[in-house]
Amino acid sequence: MNRRKFISKTVLASMASALGMDIVFGSRLPKGLLPLGLSKQDPFELFSKDKDMILLNDRPYNMEARPHQLDDDITPNEYIFVRNNGLIPNEVDVENWTLSIDGESVISPKTYTLSELKTRFTSHSYQLTLECGGNGRSEFDPPPKGNQWSLGAVYCAKWTGVRLKDILEDVGIKSDAVYIGYHAADSHLSGDPTKEAISRGVPISKAMMEETLIAYQMNDQDIPLVHGYPLRLVAGGWPASASGKWLERISVRNIVHDGEKMGGTSYRVPCSPVAPGESVADENMCIIESMPVKSLITYPKTGAMISDKKLSIRGHTWAGENSVIKMEYSIDFGSTWKECDLKKAPNRLAWQRFSAEVEFPQEGYYEVWAKATDSDGVSQPMLVPGWNPKGYLNNACHRIAVKVS
Amino acid sequence: MKSSPKKEFSNQLDLINGLILSIFVVLLLFLGVLGYAIFDPSFSRFSGFFNADSDEKNEFLAEVESEEVVDGIHVETGFIDAPGMVATIQNCTGCHSSSLVIANRMNEERWIETIRWMQETQNLWDLGENEKVIVDYLVTNYPPKKIGRRANLENIEWYELED
Repeated sequence: MNRRKFISKTVLASMASALGMDIVFGSRLPKGLLPLGLSKQDPFELFSKDKDMILLNDRPYNMEARPHQLDDDITPNEYIFVRNNGLIPNEVDVENWTLSIDGESVISPKTYTLSELKTRFTSHSYQLTLECGGNGRSEFDPPPKGNQWSLGAVYCAKWTGVRLKDILEDVGIKSDAVYIGYHAADSHLSGDPTKEAISRGVPISKAMMEETLIAYQMNDQDIPLVHGYPLRLVAGGWPASASGKWLERISVRNIVHDGEKMGGTSYRVPCSPVAPGESVADENMCIIESMPVKSLITYPKTGAMISDKKLSIRGHTWAGENSVIKMEYSIDFGSTWKECDLKKAPNRLAWQRFSAEVEFPQEGYYEVWAKATDSDGVSQPMLVPGWNPKGYLNNACHRIAVKVS
Repeated sequence: MKSSPKKEFSNQLDLINGLILSIFVVLLLFLGVLGYAIFDPSFSRFSGFFNADSDEKNEFLAEVESEEVVDGIHVETGFIDAPGMVATIQNCTGCHSSSLVIANRMNEERWIETIRWMQETQNLWDLGENEKVIVDYLVTNYPPKKIGRRANLENIEWYELED
């Protein structure tokens, strides 16, 4: 029995068990449901990713970069991490693709075609940092469940589109609006057509920010399919799951959006700190908003052996809604810190470039640690920060290994 | 012949008795089913009875395609070949890959929490007796590793860095 056949049976089975009856759904399954997630195509080729990316999971596809691959100021597609909660839509009908705005807090719902969006509103471009809420999960102890991301579920691409704010103003929203929630064309992993894979969102204040885009281009080209073609909500500086791919509809809500993966332990952390491994009741979990201050050494690649006692290092730093005001490095495990050269961001919510000339006192094994401090005076911890059930928000200092001979 | 009022009353009494008895039997049956449901909510033991095709459910499970094992590792999935592996492949790899299972290291309590979450949100079915088999397999073969607050850098690929 080939994989596709047994998967489709499994999918039918899970639907049958969910609905409590046997169903012949096969004929009703949307065309795009199975193939991409399940075929044995090479995901690196499929998504035009560099062969050195790390494949964490092939069903659903989840892939991350190695830190040295993230050296560009604007991350090219080949190094952009892939995170899917559901199955990628197989066929995208661009001609008939629409974006609808509805929900309790719109005066009346409205629908736009892609060309209406592009012609009726002014387009804007921003470089926006998107990081998976679970980036760094693999370092938590006890290990939380989920994809075991290490360092590379982050990037900063250039996004072009229209401001969500402009669209919402065109539609007209009521004063009781508190949140927006997205709805998209991906499908639930089990294949159940009655369920959404993910439907998250942001508070209305974030939705109304200038940099919050309904994007139709990434890095001056159509958005790659795996990153949300043809339309994506992009909310830089927040967990990347807030930036809904394959966007079809935005609901303006008069309550905190209650879509799939807005509740439970999904993208939420304990409202007050807990001991490692502790169970946390749902009502004591709070939604992650702005991501914490963090940095990555993107040059050189870890494991460098040098004969000279000098080394140039560089990387990127970001701090959610904040900016980074100080960047330091240490070669003695934090005993002493030296300041790096730090550039301003090209625009708000883009990562910032840092660089430094490191000098080593003698031969031996070293680790170069990097530490950023944000505009609130908050720094990265050297240790893994507060444990939480799903292992979010690990912003511990990045370090690379260097041998001097 | 017209029956006497006494006989009519007796007939009615019989009828009422019969009714009470049948209500009681129905109630007893209902309570029995309800009681069973507490222990086996999906009525898995009766699946063959209610289903024309009793093997229906098994057919839906993911299949182990190859039995090749090298150095104790099941080649097709990467799972450690140990008791419970087959049930794990069958019930877990239909929706997501084995690598997601292998990468996760949890104790019994947290695996059960995860299974409940998958049942509530991801359409995972009731695993019945296999739940214990699978959880035992996972905690035995993929126990949580103590890594503390920060681990050493490991698996460093050393290379000469040219200027």
